[in-house]
Amino acid sequence: MSNPLPPAPAPRDAAFWARPMTKITVEAVPAGAVNLNVDGHTIVSPLQGFGALWQKTYRVRLPGVTTSAADVMRVWKENFPKFQPPGNHFYPPSTGIDPGRVIFIDSTLPIFPGLPGLIPIAAGVVVIYEDDECFTVMTPDGFPESGWNTFSVTDEAGVPVAQVQSLARAADPVYEFGMYLMGGAEMQEKTWQHVLTALAAYFGVAGQVQMHKVCLDPRWQWREARNLWRNAALRTFFYLPVALARKALRR
Amino acid sequence: MSKPNLRLSVRPLGGGCCAIDLFGEVTAFAENSLMDAYTQATGAGATTLLLNFSGLEYMNSSGIGLLVTLLIRANRHTPRQRLLAVGLSEHYRQIFELTRLNEAIGIYATEAEALAA
Repeated sequence: MSNPLPPAPAPRDAAFWARPMTKITVEAVPAGAVNLNVDGHTIVSPLQGFGALWQKTYRVRLPGVTTSAADVMRVWKENFPKFQPPGNHFYPPSTGIDPGRVIFIDSTLPIFPGLPGLIPIAAGVVVIYEDDECFTVMTPDGFPESGWNTFSVTDEAGVPVAQVQSLARAADPVYEFGMYLMGGAEMQEKTWQHVLTALAAYFGVAGQVQMHKVCLDPRWQWREARNLWRNAALRTFFYLPVALARKALRR
Repeated sequence: MSKPNLRLSVRPLGGGCCAIDLFGEVTAFAENSLMDAYTQATGAGATTLLLNFSGLEYMNSSGIGLLVTLLIRANRHTPRQRLLAVGLSEHYRQIFELTRLNEAIGIYATEAEALAA
């Protein structure tokens, strides 16, 4: 009789990944966040959305900063909400940015290019991967985009380089229209440029953000047009007056 | 993970199928070697690409992003190419499930099963 084989060692990346989830389960809602359009939703990849698939990369070099890439990333995670532009509120879990956790978002969408956001949206993203130098968030169905954003810091010849890379497509036809005709894409690009500039400023660097975008797939995926039923902006638009009325009636 | 640590080999299997064996780490640094392997397989006339992950040691979220990019290239190729995966450990199968790549890339236990599909 032979001895059973010892169990295979866990892969080195095992602790960095979230567990597979059929539905998002919200365990705790940070103060100020609205648990809407997240709990019970499924997460969606760049393959499930409707619009053209874009990869957008934003980078800022931090010359003169002697902090390690991991320490820059630690600062970034700890101050993630503070680096957002006005009107864009992120609520990470109190326990920190960990795989499987939800980062709630309270923001607005524009109605015309160049104008500030006016349409409220309450949603969130799920952290699917996190290590010392990077983390990735994936969107739930109903979110404006279907896909993920990766935030990373690398060391390039002794200079820390912070990067945001999105790989996503608009989730439904309304979002696709808003993204490219109402200024949504422009606002999104300004957001990540603002975040990287704020991160650089934290380290005393006047950051010059470089952006590179490439359309990986210009085709619309009409089979995904039905995602419209889960549109978080429309749901938030109808939810907020009801929530305000309920609050008023309770008084 | 500061430099490429991925070795690839391209194996024509006949019948328009090509295997790409991956050994090492699939991270952002693997982009050039992975796309070179794809170009080589496509140049050999592959209409089915079989990614063999049995030598995979590490993969981060940027690595998954590369697989999405590869999948899009295969889908947009004329004629459209099929992308299949074999040799995934339970851990990496779960990552495919988490990122929903399993809905677009056929996953099989062995090359024989993939080729028969």
